[in-house]
Amino acid sequence: MAENDKDPKQRIIVIGASTGGFEALNLILVGLKDALSATLIVCQHIDKSARLNYSMIFRELSGFHLHEVEDKQRIMPGNIYFAPPGYHLYVESDGYFGLSLDALVNWSRPSIDVLFESAARAYDRNVVGLLLTGANSDGVQGIREIKRLGGVTIAQDPLTALAPTMPKMAIETGCVDHIAKIQDVAALLVRLINREQISCIGAL
Amino acid sequence: MIISDDIEFDLLLEAIWRKYGYDFRNYARASLRRRMEAFLVKTSLASFSHLQYRMLRDPVFFERSLDEISVQTTEMFRDASFFAALRNEVLPILQTYPSLNIWHAGCSTGDEVYSLAIMLMEAGLYERSTIYATDINPVVLQTALEAVYPLVKIKEMTKAYQQAGGILPFSNYYTCKDDKARLNPEIKSNIVFSTHNLATDEAFIDAQLVICRNVLIYFDRDLQDRAVSLMTRSLSHRGFLCLGSKESTGFLKAKVHLDVFNKDAKIYRKL
Ligand SMILES: C[S@@+](CC[C@H](N)C(=O)[O-])C[C@H]1O[C@@H](n2cnc3c(N)ncnc32)[C@H](O)[C@@H]1O
Repeated sequence: MAENDKDPKQRIIVIGASTGGFEALNLILVGLKDALSATLIVCQHIDKSARLNYSMIFRELSGFHLHEVEDKQRIMPGNIYFAPPGYHLYVESDGYFGLSLDALVNWSRPSIDVLFESAARAYDRNVVGLLLTGANSDGVQGIREIKRLGGVTIAQDPLTALAPTMPKMAIETGCVDHIAKIQDVAALLVRLINREQISCIGAL
Repeated sequence: MIISDDIEFDLLLEAIWRKYGYDFRNYARASLRRRMEAFLVKTSLASFSHLQYRMLRDPVFFERSLDEISVQTTEMFRDASFFAALRNEVLPILQTYPSLNIWHAGCSTGDEVYSLAIMLMEAGLYERSTIYATDINPVVLQTALEAVYPLVKIKEMTKAYQQAGGILPFSNYYTCKDDKARLNPEIKSNIVFSTHNLATDEAFIDAQLVICRNVLIYFDRDLQDRAVSLMTRSLSHRGFLCLGSKESTGFLKAKVHLDVFNKDAKIYRKL
């Protein structure tokens, strides 16, 4: 497909969260204020009839552009994208988003596994996968797939999670590279983003 | 790096196209692939190549798979705000026409078509309307024709009808028998169901209103462009096009033939 369409160095950070997700995300995103070139893609479990005002939920984040994804929107650095309630969110290998109303996965739509697996396939080692608080197993399979295809995986330290099950199950797979307390996640992401920039300069 | 799976997947789509004329080559890839993989697991086939072999030799198997790999999710009055905009902003304009042709593309099992028919009845427009309801998949059209629903579903429908601004008792529209509800036949009276493929077929009517919701998301941008220009060609002067709430013409070449009538409700008008 259109390989040249996709900047091979663009790294994407995919984030999955369920119960207590917005609080956790808020902490992380505030800590990313100085890493505004990042590309964040978030799957937060939410009722399908929810209508969200993201700039109200993440009030302190004036630097980032927040979007609820529209079908075939292009993935661009410096943006935070959210899966729309009621739709699965896919990353396509030519650098676009796709949406679908396919059957629920892990009783969820949007499903974290769907986002993570498609991201891993489309961006392989340029994916950072982060699994946060949640009371189910969605995202665990996705963490496996990100790891298998060469990406970096992070789980929130379950002791700092409102609902520990999701990160705990991810850690049990043995496929998690970093376990981070919620207050340390942002700094870790910044380190990973910067490391990528350094290696890009090295590659030039 | 080209993964062998990717090659096999391309060849499978090519085989389906050449053998059966169904063109999935420009469908949004990630979601189609996920559905095909789920189907592989279900049929215990080892790879896309095995699936291709089976599909090429067994037309009955192919017909069955078609139903499995397509997404049929539909609801009555999905997105209350869209139906409210249709009722309050579009139908008053259509009132001025002596007769109405409506094309409902990708209607699946019919929930949305029946929602539309009910709304037209309440606006006094149904008598002079003909709704052409089409889908690629003949199996869903058969289900749509039956219009029989389990009682649990009727509860959801009633709620959605009310949220979309319906004021009559929803029970006016169905009769119960055993644990099933059947929509009243007059709701179906002006609907013509038939197969039509947005990827390969042509325009067939001149319509004042075209509704195609949550179908374009399964297509890549090129195929979306084909479908939207096909639907635009099917519209009469100043006709209306309604898309799903996460779909838009914003990324398409075909948008030059349309202007935005209601941005949030995703209602467009032919220029
Ligand atoms: C998710 S359903 C949408 C149903 C309904 N419009 C709604 O929004 O509630 C998608 C439908 O599109 C149909 N479809 C997929 N590809 C198509 C094509 N090429 N031409 C016509 N219909 C197609 C599928 O068979 C399915 O019934």
